[in-house]
Amino acid sequence: MKLQLRFFASLRESLGVSQESIDIPETIKTIADLRIYLVERGNSWAEVLAQGKVLRCALNQHMVEASTALQEGAEVAFFPPVTGG
Amino acid sequence: MIRIQEADFDVSTEITALRKGDLLVGAVVTFVGTVRDINEGSQIKGMTLEHYPGMTEKALDEIITQAKTRWEIRNTLVIHRVGSLLPEDQIVLVAVTSAHRGEAFAACEFIMDYLKTAAPFWKKEETSEGARWVDARVTDAAAMARWLKS
Repeated sequence: MKLQLRFFASLRESLGVSQESIDIPETIKTIADLRIYLVERGNSWAEVLAQGKVLRCALNQHMVEASTALQEGAEVAFFPPVTGG
Repeated sequence: MIRIQEADFDVSTEITALRKGDLLVGAVVTFVGTVRDINEGSQIKGMTLEHYPGMTEKALDEIITQAKTRWEIRNTLVIHRVGSLLPEDQIVLVAVTSAHRGEAFAACEFIMDYLKTAAPFWKKEETSEGARWVDARVTDAAAMARWLKS
């Protein structure tokens, strides 16, 4: 499945990546699965996306729960809790 | 209306435009958020605001739609600045017009509380000890949760 990944704020800085096109195996079904898949890259990925870290995620620019199913061609974003206003 | 911009805004000009020609408006409520020079015990020299273009507009649009569903309001405006800001600068404006004040007060507070937890903005502060990303506050989540109960 092809996805467009986006990273913001402290995640973007720690990973050194703001966006990336990725083709994931069929076994990756949800955003939670994707997070585990990315953690397996190790180094800063393992640290920044570790299970204990409080993160928010968005699917096609709508904030969603990690249990949400991925869709072909979707834009998936990971970011820290928001601090605007 | 929603505007994300680097430039500053003039509250008076914005209010005038927001209520212009609408004779059913009897109340205008505004909230302006500004940059403080101290946070978590550190001196703040400035801050940078990052956002998620595209999602930001969608999230704010959704917040305003919810406010319009809950209260009888006439018009709304949210301006949020991004980029580099200094202490004393204006960050955000929420303005709501309605026939009577109760609706506008409630909707303005709702939009602001919701924005704090659901709109994808992030602040990075430059302090005397170096730069740091601002942590989300538990009190913001609690302020949002009040609206879910009522």
